[in-house]
Amino acid sequence: MDSAELLQRESFVEKNARQRVQYLLDAASLRELLDPFERLSSPWLPLQDIVTQADDGVVIARGTIDGVAVVVAAIEPAFQGGSMGEVGGAKIAGALELALEDARASKPVVPVLLLETGSVRLQEANCGLAAIAEIHAAIVALRQHVPVVGVISGPVGCFGGMSIAAGLCSTLIATREARLGLNGPQVIEQEAGVDEFDSRDRPMIWSLTGGAQRHATHLVDTLCDDDSADIRTAIAGAVARPVGNLARTQAVDAHLERLRALDTGRRADAEWAREVMAEEIHGSGEGS
Amino acid sequence: MQRLSLDYPAGAPAAARALAGVVGSGDLEVLLEPAENGRSTVAITTSVDGVNDIWTAVIDRIFADADQPAVALEINDFGATPAVVRLRIAQAMEQAASGAGRT
Repeated sequence: MDSAELLQRESFVEKNARQRVQYLLDAASLRELLDPFERLSSPWLPLQDIVTQADDGVVIARGTIDGVAVVVAAIEPAFQGGSMGEVGGAKIAGALELALEDARASKPVVPVLLLETGSVRLQEANCGLAAIAEIHAAIVALRQHVPVVGVISGPVGCFGGMSIAAGLCSTLIATREARLGLNGPQVIEQEAGVDEFDSRDRPMIWSLTGGAQRHATHLVDTLCDDDSADIRTAIAGAVARPVGNLARTQAVDAHLERLRALDTGRRADAEWAREVMAEEIHGSGEGS
Repeated sequence: MQRLSLDYPAGAPAAARALAGVVGSGDLEVLLEPAENGRSTVAITTSVDGVNDIWTAVIDRIFADADQPAVALEINDFGATPAVVRLRIAQAMEQAASGAGRT
Protein backbone atom coordinates (compact mmCIF):
# COMPACT_ATOMS: atom_id res chain seq x y z
CA MET A 1 0.00 0.00 0.00
CA ASP A 2 1.35 3.46 -0.79
CA SER A 3 1.34 6.37 1.61
CA ALA A 4 -1.10 8.42 -0.48
CA GLU A 5 -3.74 5.71 -0.10
CA LEU A 6 -3.08 5.53 3.62
CA LEU A 7 -3.49 9.29 4.00
CA GLN A 8 -6.81 9.25 2.17
CA ARG A 9 -8.24 6.61 4.41
CA GLU A 10 -10.69 7.65 7.08
CA SER A 11 -9.78 5.83 10.27
CA PHE A 12 -12.55 4.19 12.27
CA VAL A 13 -10.37 3.59 15.34
CA GLU A 14 -9.69 7.31 15.73
CA LYS A 15 -13.40 8.18 15.94
CA ASN A 16 -15.03 8.31 19.35
CA ALA A 17 -18.07 6.13 20.03
CA ARG A 18 -20.65 8.74 19.01
CA GLN A 19 -18.78 9.62 15.81
CA ARG A 20 -18.66 5.91 14.92
CA VAL A 21 -22.41 5.63 15.33
CA GLN A 22 -22.96 8.77 13.26
CA TYR A 23 -20.71 7.38 10.54
CA LEU A 24 -22.43 3.97 10.38
CA LEU A 25 -26.07 4.99 10.31
CA ASP A 26 -27.81 6.30 7.20
CA ALA A 27 -27.91 10.08 7.18
CA ALA A 28 -30.81 11.54 9.19
CA SER A 29 -31.93 8.10 10.43
CA LEU A 30 -30.07 8.40 13.74
CA ARG A 31 -32.09 8.66 16.95
CA GLU A 32 -30.02 8.40 20.11
CA LEU A 33 -31.67 6.73 23.10
CA LEU A 34 -30.80 7.95 26.61
CA ASP A 35 -28.46 10.61 25.24
CA PRO A 36 -25.89 12.40 27.44
CA PHE A 37 -28.34 15.19 28.30
CA GLU A 38 -30.46 12.62 30.14
CA ARG A 39 -27.47 12.52 32.50
CA LEU A 40 -27.71 8.83 33.21
CA SER A 41 -24.19 8.51 34.53
CA SER A 42 -22.55 6.15 37.02
CA PRO A 43 -23.73 6.58 40.63
CA TRP A 44 -20.68 4.62 41.85
CA LEU A 45 -17.72 6.49 40.36
CA PRO A 46 -18.19 9.82 42.25
CA LEU A 47 -18.24 7.86 45.54
CA GLN A 48 -14.74 6.71 44.59
CA ASP A 49 -13.59 10.17 43.51
CA ILE A 50 -13.69 9.38 39.80
CA VAL A 51 -15.13 11.75 37.19
CA THR A 52 -18.17 10.39 35.32
CA GLN A 53 -19.14 10.73 31.67
CA ALA A 54 -22.72 11.90 31.05
CA ASP A 55 -23.62 8.83 28.93
CA ASP A 56 -21.54 6.42 31.09
CA GLY A 57 -19.43 5.66 28.03
CA VAL A 58 -22.16 3.92 26.04
CA VAL A 59 -23.99 5.33 23.02
CA ILE A 60 -27.25 3.64 22.02
CA ALA A 61 -28.89 4.67 18.76
CA ARG A 62 -31.70 3.47 16.52
CA GLY A 63 -31.55 4.04 12.81
CA THR A 64 -30.93 2.25 9.54
CA ILE A 65 -27.83 0.94 7.72
CA ASP A 66 -28.51 0.82 3.97
CA GLY A 67 -32.19 0.69 4.82
CA VAL A 68 -32.00 -2.16 7.39
CA ALA A 69 -33.42 -1.21 10.81
CA VAL A 70 -30.68 -1.48 13.43
CA VAL A 71 -29.90 -0.58 17.01
CA VAL A 72 -26.23 0.28 17.52
CA ALA A 73 -24.58 0.06 20.94
CA ALA A 74 -21.14 1.67 20.91
CA ILE A 75 -18.74 1.55 23.84
CA GLU A 76 -16.45 4.59 24.23
CA PRO A 77 -12.91 3.19 24.46
CA ALA A 78 -11.38 6.36 25.94
CA PHE A 79 -13.64 6.50 29.01
CA GLN A 80 -12.41 4.17 31.77
CA GLY A 81 -10.98 1.72 29.22
CA GLY A 82 -14.42 1.04 27.78
CA SER A 83 -15.34 -0.69 31.03
CA MET A 84 -18.87 -1.92 31.62
CA GLY A 85 -20.50 -0.25 34.59
CA GLU A 86 -24.02 -0.68 35.92
CA VAL A 87 -25.55 2.10 33.79
CA GLY A 88 -23.65 1.53 30.52
CA GLY A 89 -24.18 -2.22 30.82
CA ALA A 90 -27.88 -1.79 31.50
CA LYS A 91 -28.18 0.52 28.48
CA ILE A 92 -26.80 -2.22 26.21
CA ALA A 93 -28.80 -5.02 27.89
CA GLY A 94 -31.97 -2.91 27.72
CA ALA A 95 -31.44 -2.10 24.05
CA LEU A 96 -30.97 -5.81 23.27
CA GLU A 97 -34.04 -6.81 25.27
CA LEU A 98 -36.16 -4.25 23.41
CA ALA A 99 -34.76 -5.58 20.11
CA LEU A 100 -35.82 -9.07 21.22
CA GLU A 101 -39.37 -7.86 21.88
CA ASP A 102 -39.40 -6.26 18.43
CA ALA A 103 -38.07 -9.43 16.81
CA ARG A 104 -40.76 -11.54 18.50
CA ALA A 105 -43.37 -9.06 17.29
CA SER A 106 -42.03 -9.54 13.72
CA LYS A 107 -40.55 -6.05 13.60
CA PRO A 108 -36.90 -7.09 13.31
CA VAL A 109 -34.24 -4.67 14.49
CA VAL A 110 -30.67 -5.88 14.01
CA PRO A 111 -28.28 -5.20 16.91
CA VAL A 112 -24.78 -3.96 16.09
CA LEU A 113 -22.34 -3.95 19.02
CA LEU A 114 -19.14 -1.90 18.87
CA LEU A 115 -17.13 -3.75 21.50
CA GLU A 116 -14.13 -1.76 22.74
CA THR A 117 -13.90 -2.95 26.27
CA GLY A 118 -11.77 -4.42 29.00
CA SER A 119 -15.11 -5.76 30.28
CA VAL A 120 -16.42 -5.21 33.81
CA ARG A 121 -15.66 -1.87 35.49
CA LEU A 122 -13.90 -3.01 38.63
CA GLN A 123 -15.23 -0.03 40.63
CA GLU A 124 -18.76 -1.29 40.00
CA ALA A 125 -18.00 -5.00 40.36
CA ASN A 126 -21.11 -7.17 40.50
CA CYS A 127 -23.40 -4.47 39.04
CA GLY A 128 -21.32 -4.55 35.86
CA LEU A 129 -21.07 -8.34 35.86
CA ALA A 130 -24.84 -8.68 36.19
CA ALA A 131 -25.30 -6.44 33.15
CA ILE A 132 -22.79 -8.51 31.15
CA ALA A 133 -24.70 -11.69 32.00
CA GLU A 134 -27.90 -10.01 30.78
CA ILE A 135 -26.13 -9.02 27.56
CA HIS A 136 -25.05 -12.64 26.99
CA ALA A 137 -28.57 -13.97 27.57
CA ALA A 138 -30.07 -11.35 25.26
CA ILE A 139 -27.62 -12.14 22.43
CA VAL A 140 -28.35 -15.87 22.67
CA ALA A 141 -32.10 -15.23 22.52
CA LEU A 142 -31.83 -12.61 19.77
CA ARG A 143 -29.62 -14.49 17.32
CA GLN A 144 -32.37 -16.99 16.60
CA HIS A 145 -34.42 -14.14 15.13
CA VAL A 146 -31.94 -11.66 13.68
CA PRO A 147 -28.19 -11.57 13.01
CA VAL A 148 -26.29 -10.06 15.96
CA VAL A 149 -23.25 -8.22 14.65
CA GLY A 150 -20.15 -7.56 16.77
CA VAL A 151 -17.32 -5.22 15.77
CA ILE A 152 -13.92 -4.89 17.48
CA SER A 153 -11.92 -2.09 15.90
CA GLY A 154 -9.16 -1.72 18.50
CA PRO A 155 -6.78 -0.95 20.03
CA VAL A 156 -8.46 -1.43 23.43
CA GLY A 157 -9.68 -4.82 22.25
CA CYS A 158 -12.43 -6.90 23.74
CA PHE A 159 -11.75 -8.92 26.88
CA GLY A 160 -13.31 -10.64 29.86
CA GLY A 161 -17.04 -11.32 29.89
CA MET A 162 -17.51 -9.07 26.88
CA SER A 163 -15.19 -11.32 24.84
CA ILE A 164 -17.79 -14.02 25.47
CA ALA A 165 -20.44 -11.59 24.17
CA ALA A 166 -18.26 -11.12 21.07
CA GLY A 167 -18.00 -14.88 20.65
CA LEU A 168 -21.77 -15.25 20.88
CA CYS A 169 -22.41 -12.84 18.00
CA SER A 170 -23.65 -14.23 14.67
CA THR A 171 -20.97 -12.27 12.83
CA LEU A 172 -17.82 -10.84 14.33
CA ILE A 173 -15.84 -8.18 12.45
CA ALA A 174 -12.36 -7.06 13.53
CA THR A 175 -9.35 -5.08 12.38
CA ARG A 176 -5.68 -6.02 12.68
CA GLU A 177 -5.37 -3.49 15.51
CA ALA A 178 -8.11 -5.22 17.51
CA ARG A 179 -7.54 -7.94 20.07
CA LEU A 180 -9.89 -10.57 21.40
CA GLY A 181 -9.21 -12.63 24.50
CA LEU A 182 -10.70 -13.74 27.79
CA ASN A 183 -7.83 -12.33 29.90
CA GLY A 184 -5.74 -9.32 28.98
CA PRO A 185 -1.93 -9.60 28.79
CA GLN A 186 -1.20 -8.10 32.19
CA VAL A 187 -3.69 -10.37 33.91
CA ILE A 188 -2.09 -13.43 32.30
CA GLU A 189 1.40 -12.29 33.24
CA GLN A 190 0.33 -11.63 36.82
CA GLU A 191 -1.25 -15.07 37.14
CA ALA A 192 1.17 -17.21 35.13
CA GLY A 193 4.47 -15.34 35.38
CA VAL A 194 6.51 -13.29 32.95
CA ASP A 195 8.23 -16.41 31.54
CA GLU A 196 4.87 -17.73 30.43
CA PHE A 197 3.55 -14.45 29.04
CA ASP A 198 5.41 -11.15 28.77
CA SER A 199 2.80 -8.38 28.71
CA ARG A 200 5.34 -5.95 27.23
CA ASP A 201 5.97 -8.11 24.17
CA ARG A 202 3.47 -6.46 21.84
CA PRO A 203 4.27 -8.47 18.66
CA MET A 204 3.79 -11.71 20.64
CA ILE A 205 0.50 -10.44 22.13
CA TRP A 206 -0.92 -9.43 18.75
CA SER A 207 0.35 -12.68 17.17
CA LEU A 208 -1.82 -14.62 19.64
CA THR A 209 -4.84 -12.39 20.28
CA GLY A 210 -4.76 -9.85 17.41
CA GLY A 211 -7.50 -9.56 14.79
CA ALA A 212 -5.50 -11.28 12.02
CA GLN A 213 -4.79 -14.34 14.18
CA ARG A 214 -8.37 -14.53 15.44
CA HIS A 215 -9.52 -14.42 11.81
CA ALA A 216 -7.08 -17.14 10.74
CA THR A 217 -8.36 -19.34 13.58
CA HIS A 218 -12.03 -18.68 12.69
CA LEU A 219 -12.91 -16.79 15.86
CA VAL A 220 -13.45 -13.66 13.74
CA ASP A 221 -15.51 -13.83 10.54
CA THR A 222 -14.40 -10.72 8.68
CA LEU A 223 -11.05 -8.97 8.88
CA CYS A 224 -11.05 -5.31 7.83
CA ASP A 225 -8.42 -2.62 7.57
CA ASP A 226 -8.88 0.39 9.83
CA ASP A 227 -10.87 2.04 7.08
CA SER A 228 -14.29 3.45 7.97
CA ALA A 229 -15.77 2.70 4.54
CA ASP A 230 -14.56 -0.94 4.60
CA ILE A 231 -15.88 -1.47 8.10
CA ARG A 232 -19.24 0.06 7.23
CA THR A 233 -19.48 -2.18 4.13
CA ALA A 234 -18.73 -5.26 6.26
CA ILE A 235 -21.37 -4.26 8.82
CA ALA A 236 -23.95 -3.45 6.13
CA GLY A 237 -23.37 -6.91 4.63
CA ALA A 238 -23.69 -8.62 8.01
CA VAL A 239 -26.92 -6.90 9.09
CA ALA A 240 -28.60 -7.85 5.80
CA ARG A 241 -27.56 -11.52 5.99
CA PRO A 242 -30.21 -14.13 6.87
CA VAL A 243 -29.99 -15.90 10.23
CA GLY A 244 -27.75 -18.95 9.78
CA ASN A 245 -25.79 -21.64 11.57
CA LEU A 246 -23.45 -20.51 14.30
CA ALA A 247 -20.26 -22.52 14.06
CA ARG A 248 -18.51 -21.03 17.05
CA THR A 249 -20.90 -21.49 19.90
CA GLN A 250 -23.34 -24.18 18.82
CA ALA A 251 -20.88 -26.90 17.84
CA VAL A 252 -19.78 -27.38 21.45
CA ASP A 253 -18.90 -31.09 21.17
CA ALA A 254 -16.69 -30.59 18.14
CA HIS A 255 -14.79 -27.80 19.91
CA LEU A 256 -14.37 -29.88 23.07
CA GLU A 257 -13.09 -32.82 21.08
CA ARG A 258 -10.48 -30.62 19.45
CA LEU A 259 -9.39 -29.17 22.79
CA ARG A 260 -9.15 -32.62 24.42
CA ALA A 261 -6.80 -33.79 21.69
CA LEU A 262 -4.34 -30.96 22.43
CA ASP A 263 -0.92 -31.67 23.89
CA THR A 264 -1.10 -29.26 26.83
CA GLY A 265 2.57 -29.83 27.62
CA ARG A 266 3.50 -27.94 24.50
CA ARG A 267 3.89 -24.18 24.63
CA ALA A 268 1.27 -22.63 22.39
CA ASP A 269 2.36 -20.14 19.76
CA ALA A 270 0.59 -18.39 16.93
CA GLU A 271 1.57 -20.90 14.25
CA TRP A 272 0.48 -23.93 16.21
CA ALA A 273 -2.84 -22.26 17.04
CA ARG A 274 -3.42 -21.73 13.31
CA GLU A 275 -2.61 -25.39 12.65
CA VAL A 276 -4.92 -26.69 15.34
CA MET A 277 -7.78 -24.39 14.34
CA ALA A 278 -7.18 -24.48 10.59
CA GLU A 279 -10.54 -26.02 9.87
CA GLU A 280 -13.66 -24.06 10.65
CA ILE A 281 -16.08 -26.17 12.65
CA HIS A 282 -19.53 -26.08 11.14
CA GLY A 283 -22.62 -25.41 13.20
CA SER A 284 -25.22 -28.04 13.98
CA GLY A 285 -28.07 -26.11 12.43
CA GLU A 286 -29.94 -25.07 15.57
CA GLY A 287 -29.40 -21.48 14.63
CA SER A 288 -32.26 -21.04 12.23
CA MET B 1 -11.72 14.97 42.23
CA GLN B 2 -12.79 18.59 42.66
CA ARG B 3 -15.86 20.59 41.73
CA LEU B 4 -15.95 24.25 40.77
CA SER B 5 -18.84 26.53 39.78
CA LEU B 6 -18.43 29.83 37.95
CA ASP B 7 -20.86 32.31 36.39
CA TYR B 8 -20.63 35.25 34.00
CA PRO B 9 -22.78 37.95 32.40
CA ALA B 10 -23.94 36.97 28.90
CA GLY B 11 -26.27 37.89 26.03
CA ALA B 12 -29.33 36.04 24.69
CA PRO B 13 -29.79 32.28 25.23
CA ALA B 14 -27.74 29.97 22.96
CA ALA B 15 -29.59 28.58 19.93
CA ALA B 16 -29.17 24.86 20.68
CA ARG B 17 -27.49 22.37 22.96
CA ALA B 18 -24.20 20.75 22.00
CA LEU B 19 -21.67 18.17 23.16
CA ALA B 20 -17.93 17.97 22.59
CA GLY B 21 -15.17 15.61 23.74
CA VAL B 22 -15.05 12.51 25.91
CA VAL B 23 -13.87 11.87 29.47
CA GLY B 24 -10.62 10.25 28.32
CA SER B 25 -7.02 10.81 29.39
CA GLY B 26 -6.03 14.44 28.70
CA ASP B 27 -9.48 15.24 27.40
CA LEU B 28 -12.82 16.42 28.74
CA GLU B 29 -16.51 16.38 27.95
CA VAL B 30 -18.46 19.63 27.52
CA LEU B 31 -22.26 19.58 27.71
CA LEU B 32 -23.67 22.89 26.53
CA GLU B 33 -27.29 23.88 27.06
CA PRO B 34 -29.00 27.22 26.48
CA ALA B 35 -29.22 29.23 29.73
CA GLU B 36 -31.57 32.00 30.79
CA ASN B 37 -31.09 35.43 29.26
CA GLY B 38 -28.07 37.37 30.53
CA ARG B 39 -26.21 34.72 32.56
CA SER B 40 -23.80 31.89 31.71
CA THR B 41 -22.89 29.21 34.23
CA VAL B 42 -19.99 26.76 34.19
CA ALA B 43 -19.96 23.67 36.43
CA ILE B 44 -16.65 21.81 36.36
CA THR B 45 -15.81 18.40 37.78
CA THR B 46 -12.13 17.63 37.41
CA SER B 47 -9.96 14.63 38.21
CA VAL B 48 -7.02 16.92 39.04
CA ASP B 49 -6.96 18.50 42.50
CA GLY B 50 -5.46 21.89 43.36
CA VAL B 51 -5.78 23.65 40.01
CA ASN B 52 -8.86 25.80 40.67
CA ASP B 53 -6.92 29.00 39.97
CA ILE B 54 -5.90 27.80 36.53
CA TRP B 55 -9.47 26.75 35.71
CA THR B 56 -10.81 30.11 36.85
CA ALA B 57 -8.23 32.00 34.75
CA VAL B 58 -8.93 29.92 31.63
CA ILE B 59 -12.73 30.12 31.90
CA ASP B 60 -12.66 33.86 32.85
CA ARG B 61 -10.85 34.58 29.63
CA ILE B 62 -13.25 32.52 27.49
CA PHE B 63 -16.26 34.32 28.99
CA ALA B 64 -14.67 37.82 28.98
CA ASP B 65 -17.05 38.93 26.22
CA ALA B 66 -20.39 39.62 27.95
CA ASP B 67 -22.29 39.62 24.64
CA GLN B 68 -21.75 35.89 24.04
CA PRO B 69 -24.83 33.63 24.05
CA ALA B 70 -26.00 32.55 27.50
CA VAL B 71 -25.02 28.94 28.11
CA ALA B 72 -25.05 26.43 30.94
CA LEU B 73 -21.85 24.41 30.59
CA GLU B 74 -21.16 21.18 32.38
CA ILE B 75 -17.56 20.05 32.11
CA ASN B 76 -16.33 16.59 33.07
CA ASP B 77 -12.55 16.80 32.96
CA PHE B 78 -9.97 14.03 32.91
CA GLY B 79 -6.76 16.04 33.00
CA ALA B 80 -7.17 18.26 29.92
CA THR B 81 -4.61 21.03 29.44
CA PRO B 82 -5.87 24.65 29.16
CA ALA B 83 -5.46 24.48 25.36
CA VAL B 84 -7.72 21.44 25.14
CA VAL B 85 -10.23 23.12 27.47
CA ARG B 86 -10.43 26.14 25.17
CA LEU B 87 -10.67 23.95 22.08
CA ARG B 88 -13.51 21.79 23.40
CA ILE B 89 -15.53 24.77 24.66
CA ALA B 90 -15.03 26.56 21.32
CA GLN B 91 -16.14 23.39 19.53
CA ALA B 92 -19.33 23.17 21.61
CA MET B 93 -20.07 26.93 21.16
CA GLU B 94 -19.62 26.63 17.40
CA GLN B 95 -21.91 23.61 17.19
CA ALA B 96 -24.56 25.34 19.28
CA ALA B 97 -24.38 28.41 17.04
CA SER B 98 -24.61 26.43 13.80
CA GLY B 99 -27.13 23.94 15.17
CA ALA B 100 -25.05 21.27 13.42
CA GLY B 101 -25.86 18.52 15.90
CA ARG B 102 -23.44 16.89 18.24
CA THR B 103 -20.22 14.91 18.05
